[in-house]
Amino acid sequence: MGFEKYSGSYDYIAGSSLQNIVNVAIALQRPLLVKGEPGTGKTLLAKSIADSLGLKLITWNIKSTTKAIDGCYVYDTIQRLNDSRFGSKTRDVDNVEDYIVLGQLGEAFTSEDQVVLLIDEIDKADVEFPNDLLQELDVMEFYIPELQRTMKAKHRPIVIITSNNEKELPDAFLRRCAFHFIEFPDEKLMAKIVNVHYPNIEENILKAILEKFYELREYNQLKKKPSTSELIDWILVLLKSGLTTEDLKQKGFPFLGTLIKKEQDMEYLTKYKGIS
Amino acid sequence: MFIDFYFLLREMKVPVSIKEYLALMEALDKKLICSSMEFYYVARALLIKDEKFFDSYDLAFAKYFKDKEVPLEISEDLIRTIEEELRQLKFKVPREFYEKVYSIDIEKLKEELRKKMEEQGPEPHKFGDQMIGTRGTSPFGAGGRHPGGIRIGGYGGMHLATKIAQKRKFRNYRSDRILDIRSYQVALKKLRNLTRDSPREELDLDETIDKTCKQFGEIDLVFRKEKKNNLKVLLLMDVGGSMEPFTELVSQLFSAANKSTHFREFKYYYFHNVPYTKLYKDIELESYEQTAEVIKKLDPEFRVIMVGDAAMAPNELSHIYGSIHVWEETYTPGVVWLNRIKEKFKKSVWLNPEIIAGWKPYTRGVIEKIFPMFDLSIDGLEEAIKVLV
Repeated sequence: MGFEKYSGSYDYIAGSSLQNIVNVAIALQRPLLVKGEPGTGKTLLAKSIADSLGLKLITWNIKSTTKAIDGCYVYDTIQRLNDSRFGSKTRDVDNVEDYIVLGQLGEAFTSEDQVVLLIDEIDKADVEFPNDLLQELDVMEFYIPELQRTMKAKHRPIVIITSNNEKELPDAFLRRCAFHFIEFPDEKLMAKIVNVHYPNIEENILKAILEKFYELREYNQLKKKPSTSELIDWILVLLKSGLTTEDLKQKGFPFLGTLIKKEQDMEYLTKYKGIS
Repeated sequence: MFIDFYFLLREMKVPVSIKEYLALMEALDKKLICSSMEFYYVARALLIKDEKFFDSYDLAFAKYFKDKEVPLEISEDLIRTIEEELRQLKFKVPREFYEKVYSIDIEKLKEELRKKMEEQGPEPHKFGDQMIGTRGTSPFGAGGRHPGGIRIGGYGGMHLATKIAQKRKFRNYRSDRILDIRSYQVALKKLRNLTRDSPREELDLDETIDKTCKQFGEIDLVFRKEKKNNLKVLLLMDVGGSMEPFTELVSQLFSAANKSTHFREFKYYYFHNVPYTKLYKDIELESYEQTAEVIKKLDPEFRVIMVGDAAMAPNELSHIYGSIHVWEETYTPGVVWLNRIKEKFKKSVWLNPEIIAGWKPYTRGVIEKIFPMFDLSIDGLEEAIKVLV
């Protein structure tokens, strides 16, 4: 391949399949949509790509109120009104351009070098939001009526989009993306992750804890399966309480509340599965 | 290339479009795929856009590539990669691969392989039936026609992409109910009544300019409450009996309404045929609230969406003790309850999944006079929403 190849970075372990997909998405100039359970490193992927390719990372965090146009530019009318009244040393009231503030997309398009653009949690926005971005992501340009100018990307940014599956995304949008689903880490990888947080944890107790944790995740009826962050909390509580490996084996699931956050799930486990 | 694979996926109800297929062709054309393992992942990334279809993809992949070799015209790189890997692999033989394909002694086979490797020397070998190399029929090597399918490179050693596919890791993500909740959701978005009574404030630009001008340029900022959807929705659904075939449709509408976050309040109950004294909170018709209580406590601003086929025996609708359920104290006929609902709430509609069917049950005629009736479909819902807002 004739371009910089992504191969993971020192603090992010990307499987070879993910590396491939990232490289293909870059080569085909398609946004890469990444899904996966919370705590599987969706957001970190963009940072890792930026680090590994030596590019700048621009993050656009999506909220329920975010509109597509916000990512392109904002025309700051209030500032202009204020300046016309009181004057400004840095801005020229007659020049509308001084009051056009570029959003993350705009910034990515105008950057002198190629950047990595992360559109984080796209499913948080309105159902129509992804459709409003089609043109921008397809041809990498948008029009600013106030300036009568089209902003065209100098270098197509590498676009990474994350979704938590809260809303289904429109087909037209999906067709334009490459898609990757990050699987939940297996026991081996999870042990590595835990070791980053608790470098001094004993191997035996970690093994016992992980066994329990994955046993709990086997219950597919759970509305919210415990994820990495819950596990990290649980380990902290277990370690502080001074339980031994033997205790853990006999006692079932102490401090289950740290792992299970939904009342329904708690009821399901304690009532029907006899777990406590 | 792989056009059959594309059609196989479509056959399995995976929504793959030409655009996505062409993207895969582009990736192949640009020589971005160098091994079958890469093909498995990259094709999946480009063709499949939802993890619920991963399982179908695995099935299709396993079926399609089961006794096919990877077309070698994909790229010369492929052959080179495989040969390269073979050389690097030395004598590692994946146990389960050979166990599956040949039920012969693994150790013996290993020994044989070792011998052959020695005999063969460093030259690459092709099209043979004895030696280790590419495109042969011997059990060793790569890209061959040997049962067991394509031989894969990849970093981990001699994996089989079909093996990965056969693991069907994504079975749990599968949803055979391929929901089209989204289109309902988009339709339901129109069901809103914007009023200014949210706690958040925004700048009223027009008013600010107006006031500022009146004060000869002395800026006076005017704020107002942000617009917010004030609409409350009550969904009443007929379940069981003649509604059985439409469970799917109703549950789609329910999921969409339930997921819609823009309603100020959303309530739902179930009933059978028509509501009598009780409205049920679950589909099994177990826990309930008194219909009279529900009607009393809910604000008349609630928009009511009734869902049902409106088909029942006439006496179930209009006679006292009409309910077919013995536990219902139904001195009051169902039709009276319907009228009570209609009268209490300002706007209500009835969505019927069976409206296009050729016959029209008598009871539907009666109910149609009480509630404006629409087809339970995206179009029908859009029409109904016009009545509701």
